[in-house]
Amino acid sequence: MASSGEAVPRTYGGPAGWISVAIPAALFAYFLQFVPVIAAGTPVVVGFDWVASLDIRLSVLIDGLSLTFALLISGIGTLVTLYSTKYLGEHPEYPRFVLYLMMFMIGMLGLVLADNLIALFVFWEITTISSYLLIGFTSDEAKSRRSALQALLVTGTGGLALLAGMILLGNVAGSFELSVILAQGDMIREHPLYLPILILFLAGAFTKSAQFPFHFWLPNAMAAPTPVSAYLHSATMVKAGVYLMARVNPALGETDVWFWTLIIAGGFTTVFASILAIRQTDIKQVLAYTTLMALGALTLFIGVGTADAIKAMMIFLVVHSLYKAALFLMIGIVDHETGTREAEVLRGLGRKMPLTFLGGAIAAISMAGIPPLFGFIGKEFLYKAGLELDTAMIWVTGTIFAASVLMFAAAGISVLRPFTGPLADTPRPAHEGPWAMWICPLILGVFSLGFGLFPDTAEAWLIAPGTWAVYGDYGYEVDIYLFREVNAAFVLSLVTFAAGAVVYAFHRPLRDWLGRVFEANPIKFDPGWDRVLDGLKALAGWQTRLLQSGVLQKYIFVIFLTFAVGVGATIYLKDALQISVDLRAEYDALSFKVWAVLIFITAGALLTAYTQSRMAAVAALGVVGIGVALIFIMFSAPDVAITQLLVETLVVVLVAVAMLKLPHLGLTKDRGRRPLHAALALTVGTLTTLVLFAVLQSDLDRRLTDYFEIASWPEAFGRNIVNVILVDFRALDTFGEIAVVVIAALAAYALLRGTQYGPPRDEIEGEERR
Amino acid sequence: MELLLSIMVGALVAASVYLMLARNVLRFLFGLILISNAANLTIFVAGRLTPEAPPLIPYGQDAPVGVVANALPQALVLTAIVIGFGLFAFALTLVYRTYQNLGTLNSDEMRLAEPEESKK
Repeated sequence: MASSGEAVPRTYGGPAGWISVAIPAALFAYFLQFVPVIAAGTPVVVGFDWVASLDIRLSVLIDGLSLTFALLISGIGTLVTLYSTKYLGEHPEYPRFVLYLMMFMIGMLGLVLADNLIALFVFWEITTISSYLLIGFTSDEAKSRRSALQALLVTGTGGLALLAGMILLGNVAGSFELSVILAQGDMIREHPLYLPILILFLAGAFTKSAQFPFHFWLPNAMAAPTPVSAYLHSATMVKAGVYLMARVNPALGETDVWFWTLIIAGGFTTVFASILAIRQTDIKQVLAYTTLMALGALTLFIGVGTADAIKAMMIFLVVHSLYKAALFLMIGIVDHETGTREAEVLRGLGRKMPLTFLGGAIAAISMAGIPPLFGFIGKEFLYKAGLELDTAMIWVTGTIFAASVLMFAAAGISVLRPFTGPLADTPRPAHEGPWAMWICPLILGVFSLGFGLFPDTAEAWLIAPGTWAVYGDYGYEVDIYLFREVNAAFVLSLVTFAAGAVVYAFHRPLRDWLGRVFEANPIKFDPGWDRVLDGLKALAGWQTRLLQSGVLQKYIFVIFLTFAVGVGATIYLKDALQISVDLRAEYDALSFKVWAVLIFITAGALLTAYTQSRMAAVAALGVVGIGVALIFIMFSAPDVAITQLLVETLVVVLVAVAMLKLPHLGLTKDRGRRPLHAALALTVGTLTTLVLFAVLQSDLDRRLTDYFEIASWPEAFGRNIVNVILVDFRALDTFGEIAVVVIAALAAYALLRGTQYGPPRDEIEGEERR
Repeated sequence: MELLLSIMVGALVAASVYLMLARNVLRFLFGLILISNAANLTIFVAGRLTPEAPPLIPYGQDAPVGVVANALPQALVLTAIVIGFGLFAFALTLVYRTYQNLGTLNSDEMRLAEPEESKK
């Protein structure tokens, strides 16, 4: 059956798919063991040398921050793989999908656990590449491919910047180990290279975490299958940039540049993204933009950098991962079972899909920040941290307020509206999804609710150790709670609910209005991206056409020009021309026969270059060759002279034979460019002479010659030192030389043996086919 | 002596560069021969010139007596001459064969693999 080429329908989501669930589950269980250790406030550092010569170690740093991330990655990874067994289990490429997903998970775990900067970078790039493969998973769609490439280029460029920053930081700190670097924060902040390092690190973090103005790739990345969106582009990978900023906060943070860059980029992204979220009609896009908003808020609070802000950031990090992954998985079920994600189409699914509704509802309530969910605590502490700042910084609180209001509305758009009201027609009749899918948002919901009701647990396990690690102070008392008193933050929450409800009530006219406003806006990032790419392609094309003209003459011209510029600049810059030429003494030392030979060679060379007659050229070449042989004879190189004579004779014979079949030189057509060529030729010739002058001024290193002179007879029993060098000391070189000649002879034979005249065979065949 | 020879090497190089920049591939080939000679002489001169004292060890001695010519550049040049010859022979065959197949020695007209792009 299979051999006949017929497709055999297979379902991978069965028992085989369970393996993919078992791996992250086992990792999750493994990381859980560290919780008590880390909660006690002692980071774990273990490792071994990887590339010792480059100071690259494969070392692991487990503290509150990396453990929180590791638990989120493996925990949500377990749910996402479980979900995928049903979501993509019947997809023919399911095994490939699982492979990419596992690759991503390992990369992400390595990223958050690595203690070595270079190792961190390697894992960082693994997540970039696996993200590319996963976004482009439906590779037969052009949109998918474009989004994948965009994400790869944006985050990859940031990754390169990050690598440069890491190398600088490693050199400044004298170590690539994070645990060492983080302890020298004051020295690094004082260093003149601090600013370049900071810019390069933030370039990496902002592209990865899609901060404005690099935000545009993330909504496009939603072309990926929904489990991927839930996992990579919401809960984990896009938080790698946040992780990085949080990680290096003790070393790079707490300066004005850090403060303003992060809060401006973060604050702007927060508000901008939450407005864009309201504008969308595709619920998955609504969620994508609220993810951007969350990333902006996290960046903002790392920038603020007070202990309370860091604490709020850690809480919101966990809160967001829990509810956002759940919401993505929820919309994935809806898409899978009804065939659409349009907010305008979906209504009244609650009765048909009660369990999905329940899971989505818990997440949405958490996103709206309604007690007693963990999301309420997250919002409260964001407010508290914001209100603690100077009154001049009130806009931090304002930013979070605006974002929270819009999040409240977004929660309504993505869950309340689709699941309530009268049932609407959908492309496929709505029905509940398989248990492996609906259970995943529910499990995440249990955590959202559990951490909300028992905040002390979340505090002790994750939030406190994480805050210590990011803030760099293990003495700070972390205290979180659901409700203690009616204070400003609580009042602000109540206002948020009221404002959010109003926005939700009017969200459809608001959306239309926003749509018109954004249509009118001339600055568009996505088409701008296309223009940048087109520009790059045009630049590459222009440069290729310039350098790769296909004209042999130009190639050779460029080669010699490069030589002239390179050598000339080096001589000039190194000031290598300290020549004291005593030409008079030179002149006297020359005997008549040397003079004669010099003149013959020079004249022969010039004649070869000048003549239009090929016979004259061959004769002049012979004069040059024999002249060179005479020089070898006069200056004590008889063996060389013999070889030169033999070779020269052969050359002249070969050229003469070839002349029988070749045309006359004729008048060259390139007369016009010849003066330019002559100028370059003169330059190269002069430079060669100057280089030789410089060489002759310096001392001769005779060590090798001395060795050969002494060792020639005792060790190799030869009296002709040149011969001994050739056949004994450097015998392998001679062997290589013989090989070259043999290969040249074989190739020449093959060329001559072919009897076919005219254009090559493939062209003829092409004509016959036509 | 070395300095005057250096000037001559410069002249050789200039002539060969000029030849290699020509369109006619036969001229290019002449340039190739000349530049091989120039390169060999460069190595030879850089090792210093010693008249009338070949690097030989007389019978009954373990090492050369007195100052003899530098043997190392001689060995290098010897290898280079042979390899230069191999290169030349192959290039000549290639030119010959190319002329038989394409009927031209003008490198600009040899565009079988890269046809001239149509002007936009």
